Formats: sequence, C-alpha cells, structure tokens
Amino acid sequence: MTDPKTLSPPSLETHVAARDETFLDTNELVINMGPQHPATHGVLRVILRLDGEKVLGLECVIGYLHRGVEKIAENRTYAMFNPYVDRMDYVAAVSNGLGYCEAVEKLLNVEAPPRAQYIRVILTELNRIASHQLWLGTHALDIGAITPLFYTFRDREEILKIFEKYCGARLTTHAFRIGGLQYEAYDGFEQDVKNFVKFVKPKIDEYEELLTTNRIWLERTKGVGVISGRDCIALGVTGPVLRASGVKWDIRKAQPYANYKNFDFEIPTGLNGDTYDRYLVRMVEMRQALRIIEQAVEGIPEGPIMAKVPKVIKPPVGEIYHSIEAPKGELGYFIVSDGSTQPYRVRVRPPSFVNLQALDLMCRGQLVADVIAVIGTLDIVLGEVDR
Amino acid sequence: MPDETKSPSSPPEGEPKPAADKPASPGGVKATPSGSDASPAQSAETKPTPEKPAAAGQKPAAEAKPAAPPAKPAAAGHPAPPKPAGPTPTPWDAPLVAKFKREYGSGINALTYLGQNYLEVDRSLISEVLERLRDEEQFDYCVDITAVHNPKREKQFDVVWILYSFPRNQRMRVKTQIADGESLPSSVSVWATANWLEREVFDMFGIKFDGHPDLKRILLPDGWKGFPLRKDYGILQQDNEWVQINLGIESGQ
Amino acid sequence: MNSSLLQSIVDYVQSYLSSNQTPGVAGNWFWATVYVLLVFAGVSVGVICMNWLERKILAHMQVRLGPMRVGPHGLLQPIADALKLLLKEDIIPAEADALVFWIAPFIVDLAAFTVFIVVPFGPAHAVTDMNIGILFMLGVSSLSVLGIVTAGWASNSHYPLIGALRSSAQMVSYEVAMGLAVVSAIMMTSLSAEGGTLSMIGIVQRQQEQQVWFVFKFFPLGLVAFAIFAIAMIAETNRAPFDLPEAESELTAGFHTEYSGFRWSLFFLAEYAAMMAVSSIAVTLWLGGWLRPFPNALHGATWDLIFSFFPGLTFLFLGGLCFFNASRMPKHPFFKIQTMGLAAFGAVLGLIGLVLFVPGIRERVQDIFWFTAKVAAFMYLYIWYRGTFPRYRFDQLMKVGWKVLLPTGLALLILTAVVAMRTEVWAEVVVPMWLGFADLLRRIF
Repeated sequence: MTDPKTLSPPSLETHVAARDETFLDTNELVINMGPQHPATHGVLRVILRLDGEKVLGLECVIGYLHRGVEKIAENRTYAMFNPYVDRMDYVAAVSNGLGYCEAVEKLLNVEAPPRAQYIRVILTELNRIASHQLWLGTHALDIGAITPLFYTFRDREEILKIFEKYCGARLTTHAFRIGGLQYEAYDGFEQDVKNFVKFVKPKIDEYEELLTTNRIWLERTKGVGVISGRDCIALGVTGPVLRASGVKWDIRKAQPYANYKNFDFEIPTGLNGDTYDRYLVRMVEMRQALRIIEQAVEGIPEGPIMAKVPKVIKPPVGEIYHSIEAPKGELGYFIVSDGSTQPYRVRVRPPSFVNLQALDLMCRGQLVADVIAVIGTLDIVLGEVDR
Repeated sequence: MPDETKSPSSPPEGEPKPAADKPASPGGVKATPSGSDASPAQSAETKPTPEKPAAAGQKPAAEAKPAAPPAKPAAAGHPAPPKPAGPTPTPWDAPLVAKFKREYGSGINALTYLGQNYLEVDRSLISEVLERLRDEEQFDYCVDITAVHNPKREKQFDVVWILYSFPRNQRMRVKTQIADGESLPSSVSVWATANWLEREVFDMFGIKFDGHPDLKRILLPDGWKGFPLRKDYGILQQDNEWVQINLGIESGQ
Repeated sequence: MNSSLLQSIVDYVQSYLSSNQTPGVAGNWFWATVYVLLVFAGVSVGVICMNWLERKILAHMQVRLGPMRVGPHGLLQPIADALKLLLKEDIIPAEADALVFWIAPFIVDLAAFTVFIVVPFGPAHAVTDMNIGILFMLGVSSLSVLGIVTAGWASNSHYPLIGALRSSAQMVSYEVAMGLAVVSAIMMTSLSAEGGTLSMIGIVQRQQEQQVWFVFKFFPLGLVAFAIFAIAMIAETNRAPFDLPEAESELTAGFHTEYSGFRWSLFFLAEYAAMMAVSSIAVTLWLGGWLRPFPNALHGATWDLIFSFFPGLTFLFLGGLCFFNASRMPKHPFFKIQTMGLAAFGAVLGLIGLVLFVPGIRERVQDIFWFTAKVAAFMYLYIWYRGTFPRYRFDQLMKVGWKVLLPTGLALLILTAVVAMRTEVWAEVVVPMWLGFADLLRRIF
C-alpha cells in the first residue's frame, strides 16, 4: 500500500531544494523571456533567474491574451457561446467544440445520434493529428531543426482542407452543434479521409526519419525536462506529458465519451518522462489517431445527424462537469445552469494552463536552451492558457 | 444506442497498483464505466431502465476501492435518476459518504446529479475533508478549482473542487459555500496544482485562500480593480484608471 | 617629363604582368590595390549569391519555393534586401554604449575580409603570399570574436550579452581543436624536399609536389584532421548546428539582437565572408587549393585542355538552365518581363561562359575556378547542415569541443608526427594494409 502523502508536494519541495544547493553563490541574472519572443509560442512571459546559463528558477507571467471567455459565456446563450470555445485552443478547435457540445448535451440529457458521433470522432482525431503536427514543427524549430516545420505544415494543410470542405472554416471550425452536427458530411468525405490516412502514414515516418535517431535531437531531448508521474499527478498535468511519465491514462479509455469505446486503439506511454519520451508518445498518438479514423470512417452509420434539441436551449437547473481528452490533456467544462437560456457559469478547465504550471519544476537546474525545449514539449497554446 | 451496451465489466483488474511507484495506472484503462460517468442521460432516447447502467456503473468503483476500512458491499441502492424532463439532485450513497457522514454529521451532504457525485461540505470542515479525500480515499488528482457567484444568496460563493481518483477511476466534486470576504484554507499543500487554480479563483472572484504561498492575480494585471467573474461586474466594465495609467489610452473599448 | 612619368607608371603597371608572383610579393602597389578591390568585390558578390542560394536551397529542402517575387525566381531578392537594409532607420538603443556599438560591426567585418589577403586563388592569384600565411589567417579570423563580444556588451541588453558570452567561449574552445588539425596538415608539408611552410601558396604547392591532397595523405590521418577542421570551422562561424550565439529560438538573435538596418547587414556580410574564409583554409590545407582534380591520374596536354574547358562549360550550363527555366515560365503577360529578365540573365551567363573559352583567359582563370568550386561545395554543406540538424545545447557544444575534438586532435597530431618521422614504416606496413583491404573489398563485391 502506498503512502499517499508521498504523492504530492513534498516531492516537489525536496526536488527544488536539492537542486538549489548545488549552485555557487554568484550573481544572478534575471532575464525576461517574452512576451515577445520567438520560442514562447505566443505571449507567454517567463521571468528567468539565471546563474550563467543555468536556470535557478522561473516564474510564468500569463494573461496577455485574456479575453474573459468565461465572462462572455455568461452573457451569451448556449448556442451563441459555441463558437467562442474554438478560440481557446485554436489549433485544436474541434476538440474544444466537442467538449463543450457534449457537456451541454449532458446537461440537456440528450445524446448526439450515432452518425454524428462518428463524424465527430473523425474530425476530432483529425484535429488531434493537426495539433500534434503543429506541435512537432514548432518544437523542432525551437530546438533548431527548421525543416520539420515545413513538412508538418505541408501535411497539416490536408487536414485543414478537409475541415474547410466540411464546414467552411479551417482553423476555428465551429464544426459541431449542441445535439449533433449542423452539416451532413459532404459528398466524398469518407474518400477524402481515407486518402488522407493513406497520404499521411508515410509522412509520419518521414518526420521520424528526420528526428527520432538524429544524434543532436537525442542529446537535446533525452533527460531534459524530466518529470515523474507522481509529480505530474500532483501538479495536475495531463495529456501526453502525463503519459510520457509512465501513467497510462487517457480519458478516451478511462471514462469514454463520444463513442470512443467502439474503437480499438492503444495508449502509448513513456518510461522516463523526458522530452524525448513525450516526443515519442505524441508520434505514436498520431498513428493511433489514424487507427481510430480508419475504423470510424469504415463504420459511419446512416441516420440523423441531429438529436431532438429544442431551438432555444434551456437546460434544467443544475450543474455538470464533462471532460475530454484534448490533444493537450484533460479539457473540462463545468457548466452551471439556472434554467435560463444563458449559462449561469461556464468554467473551462484548460489543459495548457494547468500543464504550464509544471514548467518551473521541469526547468530548474537546466539550461536556457532547455527552457525552450520544455516550453515546446509542454505544447501550450496561449489562447487556452489565458482564455 | 451503442452506449447502452455498456456492461458492468469487472472492476479494474486486481487492486489498483501501488500509487507511489506507478502512480496511477488505474488498472484496466479498458473502458471501465465508472459511477461518475455512466451518465443516465444516455437513456434519453432508448429507454431501458435507467437504474441498471447507473447502479452498475457505481458498483465497480465501489468495489475497486482498496483501502476504505468499512468496505461495505457495493452500494447497490443507487437511486434511479429521475426523468430527463427535470432531474433533481438525489442523495449519493457510497461507503465514502457513509464514512464521512458518520464523522462529520450534518456538515456534509452528498448528492448525485446526472450521475455525477458531489459533496456539499461546510466551510469549517473543508481543509480536513480535502486532505482526507486525498489521503484516505485516493483522490490524488485535483482537476480544477473554481467558484460560482450567487449574489442573491447570503453566502454568495460556491467554491468547487473537482477531484479525480486515478486508482478508482472516479470523479467527484466538493462544494462549499462562503460569504463575500470570507477566506478558505488553501489546498496547495494537498495538491500542488491548486497553486495556480486558487490564484485564478482569487483573480476572478476575490476569494482569498489562507496559506497560499503566492496569492496574487494571475490573468489580470497586478493592481487591477474588481473581480470580473462576479455577477455585479458588467461585461463591458473595465478598470479605466488602470488602462489610463498603464496603457496611456483613454479606454480599451 | 610628363610623358616619362606616365611612361614610368605604365612600366610599373606592366612590370607585374610578366612576373609570376603575387603583387604583394612583387611589391607592386598598384596591382596589389587592384587585387584587393577585386577580392573585396568578389567576396561581396559571393555573399550576395550565397544569400540567394541559401534561401533557395533551404527552401527546396523544405518543400517550398523560397523567394519568387523579386525578379525571376527571386534573383533580385538579395539586391532588394540590401536596399531595404540600407534604407532602414539606424537605431542605436538609448542605453547602449554608442561608440562601441558603432565600432563592433566594423571589427567583425574587418576581421572577416582581411583574411582574404592571403587566400590563394591560384599560384599567382592572391593579394600577397606571406610566409606565415596560415597563422595570419587563423589569427585575424579569430579577431572577429572581439567584435562579437563588443557588440554583445555594447547593446546593454541580456540576450546579446548571453550571445556574446556563448560566442567567445565557443570560439576559444574550437580554435584549439582547429589549431591542432592545422598543425597536422602543416607537418605534412614538411615532408617535401623544400621543407615545411606556413605560406598558403606554399602549402598548395607542397600538395602538388607530393602528388596528393592532404585529405588523403596518410589515410585516414589526413581525413580525420580534415573532419576535425570541418566541424570546428562551423562552430567558428557560428553556423547551424553550432549557431548558439545567435540561436533564434533562445536568444532571439543573440549578439546582434539590438542591431538593425545597415549595421545588421554588416554582421550578415561578415558571417558569410567568414564562412568563405574558413572554407578557403580547409580547401587550401586539405583539398589541394586551386589544383584541379586528378592532376596525376589524368595528366597530359589533352586532359589539361579538357579540364580547362570546365569554367566555360559551367557558365554555359548555368546559362542554359536559365533559358530552360525561362521557357517554363508561365505564358501570362504578367510574367513577360520576368521571363525576359531570366533569358537575359542566361544570356549574360552564357556570354561569360564563351569568354572563358578564349585560350588566354582559359588558362588564367581555371585556378580561380577550381578554388571557387571547392569553396562552393563547402558553402553548400553549410546550407545542408542548417536544413538538417537541430541545434546543440551549450554544454553539449563544449563537450564536443573539449572532450571529443581536442583529444582526437592531440592523438592525431602525435600519430602524424610519428608517421612523418618514419614514412618508410608507413610505406611498408600501412599502405600495403590498405591495399590489401581494398583488394579484399574488390573480391567480395
């Protein structure tokens, strides 16, 4: 039996103390990384305390992109707020939409029809691949490999084309509606998706050829930004970061939503919880997402795409928490309804925000260059951190 | 509905792995329907007896509980969720609840709504309950901390902790009510992740957490006046003074 | 009086033409100045070409097109960029040390361009031939670190400072390994009848004399020395994967973060000039400088003639490529001027190619051509590295420098010295060994 006390903060503190003692007493250099900086993925500002190039500690200053999404939600109807969620994690807008729509559906006690579920899963998994591709490109760019960025963007384009054909938008798709879908899949949707799967499989091998066994890539990522599974849980870190630390937990499996339990896929895990493991985990996740897409596109049933949802959505008084496995981790919506047409309170549990909290722990005692690598490997999107 | 085929599969194989080494492989990540997520809402269209999935969902979670001393037989009597038309919270019955109720009496109220369980806890008990939930009931992951503002009530704020247990694969919420100006004990020492989450609650609602290592605004700039997610803070309202001083413009709008 | 002065000037100018020495050695000031200007112009044109080529090659490696708008296939892009940089506002940060900030880019440029004085483009095609040429080159090129440190310091900002610190540490560490590799090559020169030399021209002549490029001498010793130098020179010029002093993702732009416009372009110029300079050292020391390939295997008048056609043929090929691409341009009237421009460019290249077939020019130019071609190969490698490798971290960079390259270089130096002392051992033991190995390979395949 474990001693649950060992699960959390003390381990963080001892970790920090052990690292601090090793530093010589020299002049500290405090530098500001961001909010305008090429590697902070937006407007993250990190205040670094440095000893030479060694990081003594850091503090994240966030909020530069704060738009008050939760306040906006209280002043819009349920349907009107739907497009806003796309603007949080704008590289995985479909996932955001899925989480929100499912949460409201739960509150309404309805469920999207099977056909809608399948199309939702296909689009969400496509979006997961797109998000991971964007992550891979920018992460590699941060570490100095400029070429993968263009390869991933070339292939991500194909996903965005499918989105564009499906709903007219490429990035902030607003693909789903509460209760199902607004649009029927266009003619040839299945074929497009199948073609994409065939197209992208060798491309993922291509990314791996560029990086997986690259000596410099290994040196830059192995043993960098290590975080144990225990610390991940204490810090609430989820998604690929948690899995790379050896915790086999994916909401798609643990508490299946949509119709993920109908699909056969695996959850990749890492051993060391370092940047390289996170890289590998995400690469495998892309392949697994393709697996899900393949199964889903084979099995799309016929039928309606919209459940019986009233025109004016008025959920009964109550509250609901629903979370999904977004590409970045657990994305949750806590919605309180007062029985009116507008949500009384919408709380978004953003994975990026919570994951970013681990940056300090992961960077202590490492070098400036590693901070960049770790920011990249956490895969944060500032739109979601700041909301 | 494919969802309804969900059967009470065996509880996560064996006992949950020791949480320290392998923190939380919740045994079978193979879709174990858990109490909190086997949403009776799914019965909306096809109508099997809603008790079944709900109760079944509750079962494995209860059995999976490794170390709860009064290991009662699974709480089979999970009440039927009401009709979709107007569900209301119903009492939540579980060994965990029984244990807490025994000790804290009326300070705790356990409810289920749409298959999601929550505890309503008195403010004075909150630090003890949270700590025991982590230590004894293995709720090792604090998903989120947030608040809801009800200006019409005397105790204006609902503060909500959303918890998850990796070993049990179960979610729950802890709620407490506090009045404006009242503070809460910080749970940073319980879950390190509470640090930023509490800061955000402070930033948005102005709720203070005692013992927080660094309680300051997180999303809004330091020195901002007002707490935006309170109901009396208008959607177009902003701290004009701050904008004028710091940005050198008349208004941000 | 007047005519005699003119006559003496003409004599002075003409006197050099008959000599077979560099103007510096001949003591002819006029031609020395002309050579300096020519080299300066050549290097500047090289930087411009390099700018365009790097963008294009990198783009094609990265599944994109690169500059396409300014001129046909973006050929005028470097000129447009240069104009933009020159016209930009010259910003000196308020907190900066203005004088030092102002001087720093000039130090870097000075160091980068001065080394070209001794670069031997041919047996007589250099500004001068110093007897300590290689030392001069290493010495002056390492002065550029001074400029970088002053730039970083004068900016009075954190990122440039860190960039400058990284740069100085990096350059100092890699210079050691670089020096060891150079010394081993210089040892090889001493095996000639005339004895060792430090003169750049002398080093190439020794390779000619010994009938082997030093990269193949005492195989694999020469090759290892060359490899050490080839790695160290990338670090010396702050290029990927050793571009930490200007690591974009970490330090925004490193030591030149605060620089813009003209001053920034000076850094840019210096970086590419330095790349060419160190490549020239590598070419001179290991790849036979201006010597054409296979001078001993494919010798004789016929082969000389065939190889002397190469410069002209190269230009004709490039011109032909331009014409081919002009024919592939879209037929839309919008592209009319671009198509014509590309064709005209091709015509110019073809014309140059034709001129290079003229016997007198042909003979004089081919040294320069082969030297430039070898340097160009290095330039391509630079671009290739940049497209392929992630960036090293600072401690890893130091590890590579001190723990890998330095010990290897030392061992290499000792081995080379031993082998050079006992060349007969080499000839009797190692060479047959390699030959036997080659024979084995031949039998297997």
